[in-house]
Amino acid sequence: MTPASRIHPVERWLWPILATAVFLLLWHYAVLWSGTRIFPSPREVELGLSQLTHRGVLYRDIVDSLRRVAIGYLAAVGAGIPLGLLLGWYPAAEQTVNPAIQLLRPISPIAWIPVAILFFGVGDDAAIFLVFLGAFFPIVITCVDAVSNVPLIYRRAGSNFGLTAPQVLARVVFPAALPQILVGLRIALGIGWLVVVAGEMIAVNSGLGYLIIDSRNSGKRYDLVVGAMLLIGIIGLALDAVFRRLESIKPVRWGFRHES
Amino acid sequence: MIRASADSFTGDAMPRASAAGKLRVENLGVAFQREGATLPVLDDVNLSVRDGEFVCLLGPSGCGKSTLLNAMAGFLQPTSGQVLVDGEVVRGPDPRRIFVFQERGVFPWLTVAGNIGFGLGKLSREERAKRVQHYVQMVGLQGFEKSYPHELSGGMKQRVEVARALAVNPDVLFLDEPFGALDSITRMVMRSELLRIWEAERKTILFVTHDIDEAVQLADRVVVISARPGRIQQIVDVDLQHPRDISSPRYLKLRDGILSQIGLAHRI
Ligand SMILES: Nc1ncnc2c1ncn2[C@@H]1O[C@H](COP(=O)(O)OP(=O)(O)OP(=O)(O)O)[C@@H](O)[C@H]1O
Ligand SMILES: [Mg+2]
Repeated sequence: MTPASRIHPVERWLWPILATAVFLLLWHYAVLWSGTRIFPSPREVELGLSQLTHRGVLYRDIVDSLRRVAIGYLAAVGAGIPLGLLLGWYPAAEQTVNPAIQLLRPISPIAWIPVAILFFGVGDDAAIFLVFLGAFFPIVITCVDAVSNVPLIYRRAGSNFGLTAPQVLARVVFPAALPQILVGLRIALGIGWLVVVAGEMIAVNSGLGYLIIDSRNSGKRYDLVVGAMLLIGIIGLALDAVFRRLESIKPVRWGFRHES
Repeated sequence: MIRASADSFTGDAMPRASAAGKLRVENLGVAFQREGATLPVLDDVNLSVRDGEFVCLLGPSGCGKSTLLNAMAGFLQPTSGQVLVDGEVVRGPDPRRIFVFQERGVFPWLTVAGNIGFGLGKLSREERAKRVQHYVQMVGLQGFEKSYPHELSGGMKQRVEVARALAVNPDVLFLDEPFGALDSITRMVMRSELLRIWEAERKTILFVTHDIDEAVQLADRVVVISARPGRIQQIVDVDLQHPRDISSPRYLKLRDGILSQIGLAHRI
């Protein structure tokens, strides 16, 4: 029995809700007592967001951001996993491209914004490209790592049962590496969500990132700035929670035993 | 069951032309390169194993038992000499010869049934299900077909691995200290189950252990390997019928003979 399972189900919800309420109260009174005219109180944020909701703008911004992340991220998954598996499988290939990967990896996707705009112009494609870049390298690198961590015993067992090399890769190495790959995918999704907001501040004219920069520039609507920030946080949390659910499905649960 | 012992022998000289040999190791040598130096691990090993024979490889830790078994299974190219199965030189792993690791070889992403059916990809769905069910029963895992390995005990995982190996109907089984990680009670149970399965399926079994009692309880012949570089020091015929009485004078005599061969006296 893990300590977590001893917590009463009601308490699992009660304490986080209480902590959030305390946070909102602190925020409310901090704005009140400091007498700031610029920084919004929680109530003002709520009003601002509901205005936007009524105009249908907020919904569109959220969908735009999510769409860009989805496309860029799925492209990174589709390209990154096969590449990572192959590089992990053929160490010689990995050694060949490793310097290039290590050189590109530390460059923040934000630094790519001018290049992205040069390639794709101001628009969706530039933002999608940035998300792709942000997610791609962590995915490739965790895949390479995950494959090289697959115990030799599993590969031997696979080839002992008469599997060809591609079959060993698909039926043994991939499932054996999957838990670690999932961790990488989760991190990459988080990065994608970070990057899309940054990209939208410069490279496009819609989305939550654009909402932040636009609200500030046109009339210093800090209620909307903070509202968009909160939304980004909530959506990021939700995306992460969906991913965490994946970790408990049976064929990968063995890899997350310490958490189950 | 009466096992002929007329053509088995004691000593390390091997006749070259053992016609009945299912598996033959000829002048096998293995050396590893380590930090520029050559480390000879096995030296001039010769062994002939009959079809359906149960042979235990016994020796101190690090003497090269696993190396020998890996070479026989085709996972490792010998530095010199060769391994032949049915007169054919072994060049790689083959489903006709399955290697059973300790329970660590079970695939954690597959259920018990998925593991046991792993090597049966060529069969039709119904046939595979039938085979799987047969071997689930043989190793006594009924009711756990849909369980995942992390929900099983060590002994149960070991059974899964043995069943997975048997399901592809191999001629030869290689077992590398298969019960080493189990508690002593489970180990005893697994030994008698392995014997039961062996008598039912008539596989040729090569079984690595460093437990002298285990070797004498199980094997038709015990191959004693010396410390590095590993050489066959002695081959002991265990002329006892199953089930073996482990308090019989003959059993104790064989065991003590191996003990003194390895250089251990009667007391610790
Ligand atoms: N891949 C390798 N590269 C270098 N040296 C190796 C390799 N595999 C084994 N050895 C060395 O060969 C020797 C024999 O190893 P092996 O695993 O065959 O011993 P063993 O008899 O199975 O021992 P144990 O009873 O502890 O399992 C050891 O000294 C080991 O360090
Ligand atoms: Mg060993």
